[in-house]
Amino acid sequence: MPAKTVKFYQTGSFVVGNRLLPIVDRSVQADPDRANSLTCGHRACQGCGEALGARYAIDAAMRATNRQMVAVNATGCLEVFSTPYPETSWQVPWIHSLFGNAPAVATGVAAAMKVKGRGDVRVVAQGGDGGTVDIGFACLSGMFERNDDVLYICYDNQAYMNTGVQRSGATPPAARTATTQAVGPEPGNVFGQGKNVPMIAMAHEIPYVATATVAELRDLEYKVARAMEFRGARYLHVLVPCPLGWGSPAAETIRLARLAKESGLFPVFEAEHGEIVDVSKIRRRVPVEDYLRPQGRYKHLFGESPDTEVIARIQAGADRNIRRFDLLDNSEVS
Amino acid sequence: MDKPFAITLGPGSSLANHTGSWRTERPEYVNLLPPCSNACPAGEDVRTWLYDAEEGRYEDAWRALVADNPFPAIMGRVCYRSCETACNRGLLDEAVGINSVERFLGDEAIRRKWTIAVDAPRSGKRVLVVGAGPSGLSAAHHLTLLGHDVTIRDSGDAPGGMMRYGIPAYRLPRDILDAEIARVLDLGVTLELSTPVTDVVAALDEFDAVFLAVGAHIAKRVDIPAGDGARILDATTLLRSMAGETQPMLGRRVAVYGGGNTAMDAARTARRLGATEAVVVYRRTRDRMPAHDIEVEEALEEGVTMRWLSTVDHVDAGRIRIEKMRLDDAGKPQPTGEFEELGADSLVLAIGQNADLSLLAGVPGIEEQDGVVKVGKDFMTGHPGIFAGGDMVPAERTVTVAIGHGKKAARAIDAWLRHAPYAEPRTAPLATYDVLNTWYYSDAPATVRPTLELARRTSTFDEVVGGLDESTALFEARRCLSCGSCFDCDNCYGVCPDNAIRKVGDHYEIDYDFCKGCGLCVAECPSGAITLRPERT
Repeated sequence: MPAKTVKFYQTGSFVVGNRLLPIVDRSVQADPDRANSLTCGHRACQGCGEALGARYAIDAAMRATNRQMVAVNATGCLEVFSTPYPETSWQVPWIHSLFGNAPAVATGVAAAMKVKGRGDVRVVAQGGDGGTVDIGFACLSGMFERNDDVLYICYDNQAYMNTGVQRSGATPPAARTATTQAVGPEPGNVFGQGKNVPMIAMAHEIPYVATATVAELRDLEYKVARAMEFRGARYLHVLVPCPLGWGSPAAETIRLARLAKESGLFPVFEAEHGEIVDVSKIRRRVPVEDYLRPQGRYKHLFGESPDTEVIARIQAGADRNIRRFDLLDNSEVS
Repeated sequence: MDKPFAITLGPGSSLANHTGSWRTERPEYVNLLPPCSNACPAGEDVRTWLYDAEEGRYEDAWRALVADNPFPAIMGRVCYRSCETACNRGLLDEAVGINSVERFLGDEAIRRKWTIAVDAPRSGKRVLVVGAGPSGLSAAHHLTLLGHDVTIRDSGDAPGGMMRYGIPAYRLPRDILDAEIARVLDLGVTLELSTPVTDVVAALDEFDAVFLAVGAHIAKRVDIPAGDGARILDATTLLRSMAGETQPMLGRRVAVYGGGNTAMDAARTARRLGATEAVVVYRRTRDRMPAHDIEVEEALEEGVTMRWLSTVDHVDAGRIRIEKMRLDDAGKPQPTGEFEELGADSLVLAIGQNADLSLLAGVPGIEEQDGVVKVGKDFMTGHPGIFAGGDMVPAERTVTVAIGHGKKAARAIDAWLRHAPYAEPRTAPLATYDVLNTWYYSDAPATVRPTLELARRTSTFDEVVGGLDESTALFEARRCLSCGSCFDCDNCYGVCPDNAIRKVGDHYEIDYDFCKGCGLCVAECPSGAITLRPERT
């Protein structure tokens, strides 16, 4: 059952609100009384995709749990920009321990709630791609394997942005980072398998795995709410562009997330118990170049003599995703 | 407060951290001029009345509409829709059917008998309007709503001008025309029919201002050599006679000379009067034809044929001789010396109309040029207190332009009567296509209006183009992109990573204490209603 799409009504469910829709059909973010779990004054950069994605996701979780929830945070941008001592931007019970142990801390919080007889209090763990795919990965896999009652949300901005844009296991091929400089015969990050954590999570056959982007709010909110309908380990992987690390204008954050999905580079899907149950079809397909060109981290691919070979390899990856996840839809009207 | 071990500060909120100080550019809400309104000769605020219609508030929509144009049901039938040509949605898929929605609202108003009340206090000023055509009636409507007493005098025996005597009934049913004119008169306008005005200056003794809108209904003539029994008449007379009881005898084969809208109306009328062949003879090519595309298309559908690059050289009983033309480098038609015979029982001349300016003869200060009266931006002629508009002043001659003149002149006359300087309305910058973020609009193809089947189109004067019903009109209204104006989609409120946009009542406010100026709200606003401006230093 995919996110409910509202057809037509001028902007349908593409926009956040839409006055022509009944209030129940509008997004959580359209609610004037939304939780604002991550409130003003945080120190994220201008146009931060992660700050946006975190508020989208945690607000949706707050609504889904009737505001009975605890958030566990891994170290990373999200933790650093939201809680410089003694300030906090969180308007939700929130705990941070170490970079690599957020899934284990979340397991502990869930166990504690169970012991206290507070099964109504749900646990959401969150971290960036560094804390999730690299440093916290063993804890995460353990949490999946034990099927602990935690929703883990990874905000993927594809590198260690907080410490100065170092490569992570989620950094895409050819991208320039501080540790994969755009120099030498093969500039930028290497082409490799990378670490596709949504697929790894599916291999654990946990109840629910999904991907989303900050460009599709309704889809993201639906997936958080859907995840909360399950007990056991759940994983949500959200693509959150980073103006600083990607070298993109602050105002382009949402557009880049949209292009990542529309080019096929970032497949948006959901899976239950290890099987894909739904994919978000591409609405207006674009070549990967449209997505790569605005980003400074791919600047070395363009310029006077574009590196057509590398661009073609990236395009081949997108085409493979399109085939593999069946991302094209022939019925055009949406 | 007791603090845990090694903790020296109590918990604080990041609300103390005013990140607005980072900003170098500030987002601001704007209200740009949409291309539809920019193109509308009557200056309709299309976006506003579509906004009301989108919510199903049809009466509000209609009231917003008639604030600029008292004839939506007529407009929804005969307007040439410059708004739709300009519509930004045309670049996305197809233009919004603004005209269809306008007609739906106009018909709804007639069906539900919505009326307009005059709220303005009476000014005690009296204005004479000469001519009960679209321009005169529009002026009367607006002047009355501004508080003035208006008398319309017309030489004819029914009001409407060219809407009654020039536009065929298959495009504008007369019950619609009568209903919308009656609503203007019901405001308290005095209409005196069969009362030609001959002395305009004398009328200024009786009235505080005069608005002339006598139109242009004298057919231009051209000398064409004609043999015995040749039947030649002009299109204006033909169309006018359709209002009478006896219909003209045109014969089986009718040739129409001219390439304007009147030529199309004449040819289509001829088909309905029984002509099996109706041929339009025009000197230039189709793309140079002054007739609007919609009319040409509908004429072709009805079996009207066209002879491009041809002039009528000689007319005889039952046939005409036409000379083929070619366009020279300047695009002017030049004779080729090649001739052709064409069977035609009658020839209808539709080569333009002149204004009858005899009532202005000897009026001091009035300037005429190329057969029309010169007026200023305030529509005042060279004679103080005498204003003019519609077909008798230099402008495109359409009903919509005339209605626009009536409105603008009414506002200028009002200013003049109040001894206030005439101020041209200020306009906002144009909302161009590139300010939109079209991702957010649902894909929605345009709704097609039903048309009468062809057999009935060529045998009756029934209305050709049908209207939309409520559900399709609502769909069409909701295709509006609301270019350059907020339409409450909540995108800005949602996409701000800093929560710096507040919903306050029915609008949004930006909290500049926290707005970092990233510009996401600007980039993701579907309608271009937010802009970034450099921060004040």
